[in-house]
Amino acid sequence: MSTAPPKIRIRGLVKSFGGKKVLDGIDLDIKQGTSLVVIGGSGSGKSVLVKCILNLLTPDAGTIEIDGENVLALPPRARRAIYAKVGMLFQNGALFDSLPVWENVAFGLLARHRVTRGEARARAGEILAQVGLGPEVSRLFPAELSGGMQKRVALARAIAAQPEMLFFDEPTTGLDPILGAVIDGLIVDCVKRLGSTALAITHDMSSAQHIGDEAAMLYQGRIVWRGPATSLLTSGNPVVDQFTHGRREGPIKMEVCDEAAKP
Amino acid sequence: MTSLAAALAGIGRPVLMLCRTAGRVALFAVSGLSHLIRPPFHLRMFLRALVEMAYFSLPVVALTAIFTGMVLALQSYTGFARFSAQGAVASVVVLSVTRELGPVLAGLMVAGRVGAAMAAEIGTMRVTDQIDALATLSTDPMKYLVAPRLLGGILALPMLVVVADILGVLGGFIVSTTSLGFNPAAYLHSTFAYLETIDVVSGLVKAAVFGFLIALMGCYNGYMTRGGAEGVGAATTAAVVSASILILAFDYVLTGLFFSQ
Repeated sequence: MSTAPPKIRIRGLVKSFGGKKVLDGIDLDIKQGTSLVVIGGSGSGKSVLVKCILNLLTPDAGTIEIDGENVLALPPRARRAIYAKVGMLFQNGALFDSLPVWENVAFGLLARHRVTRGEARARAGEILAQVGLGPEVSRLFPAELSGGMQKRVALARAIAAQPEMLFFDEPTTGLDPILGAVIDGLIVDCVKRLGSTALAITHDMSSAQHIGDEAAMLYQGRIVWRGPATSLLTSGNPVVDQFTHGRREGPIKMEVCDEAAKP
Repeated sequence: MTSLAAALAGIGRPVLMLCRTAGRVALFAVSGLSHLIRPPFHLRMFLRALVEMAYFSLPVVALTAIFTGMVLALQSYTGFARFSAQGAVASVVVLSVTRELGPVLAGLMVAGRVGAAMAAEIGTMRVTDQIDALATLSTDPMKYLVAPRLLGGILALPMLVVVADILGVLGGFIVSTTSLGFNPAAYLHSTFAYLETIDVVSGLVKAAVFGFLIALMGCYNGYMTRGGAEGVGAATTAAVVSASILILAFDYVLTGLFFSQ
């Protein structure tokens, strides 16, 4: 059994908005070079969890260790150095509208590595090729791309700086099943090729089983189950079973239905 | 007693909210300005902001200034005619334009055009996660989005006001010499005879402050946008309204500083 410390270790993570506790003491470890998929219903706090890890939101309590260092306690400069090793694929791509595709892809390279614009453009072309996009795309603007192409460009931007950690927020949302499978395949290829540690959040079961080595279920602000991604559909946990099979009846109560049922 | 408490709470709540917002805006401004003196500098973003604010605002500011100068000449002529003081038209036009109307009207026009666009662009970036994406790409959004626009605003408005001053005076000159029977040489002599350096400089200083306020309110309201399209719309409206009010308020303060005895 490996005794190596996890790449990412989260303990007692709490985050509230107003009076609502979205994360209520999350404990989570992600081993170096593995992929963890966090599943959970809409509004269950999956995106909040990732944003806390990425320092985009400040947790109310708890620790987030990356490579053994509690990033919440680090000074800004040291924290920036750690987050320079991160790539993120946002749910809607979050491509910069005002920049052409190549500049979107090379943005991190230009910001972090101080390469020339010519070098960055050439490198962007290589990375776009890795996600199956030709050189003709590099001059286009994000608004001129289809949803699937935007996802590929966003993936290219996330992997451009060869990050040690990759985060994926609903990578296949809004895509048809075939295109979703293509994006899943690209994600798996990229993660394996870079040897990165990956955390994906999704409620697409096919995507979760394809991308993840392991899966965890987030419910009522806590991780209620964790196991191999391949056992998602046969977990034996009533919460996970209801969610993965999409059953109306079970321990997960949809508050909106209860409200609607009131006279 | 309960109704009195409720009434006091009704007054106190918005006052506290105003104070809180003022504090947030002040901290936002300090943060944005601090990035102007700390590398890295985003020169391309600064040039883009400058072109957007100065060059593309030129037509609207030019038209506003020239018509304002023309109306000012007409109004002051008809008003001063009652006291047989038509000879003061040229100096009234030039002093009004350089001290007040040039910077204030240019500021209000740019607030409507550029402040709204800034809030909409940054607000859209906020609600589509583009600002978060910047942070994950080792780029400080304040440094990349806000600081270049603040500097652009500080420099663009004085440039526009120089043009507005010239065209405003030209508008008055055209009306006075073509419709009101003024001698062109005498009009120009009167224009420059009473014009002092402080008149132009005070207008340019006001313009720099107004440019900063327009950029600040555009960036702040865009940056703090919440919700979707509705939030972006609200941010755009708030940017224009708050910048316009601040322009008028600071105009009074700056006029007091420059010209009070």
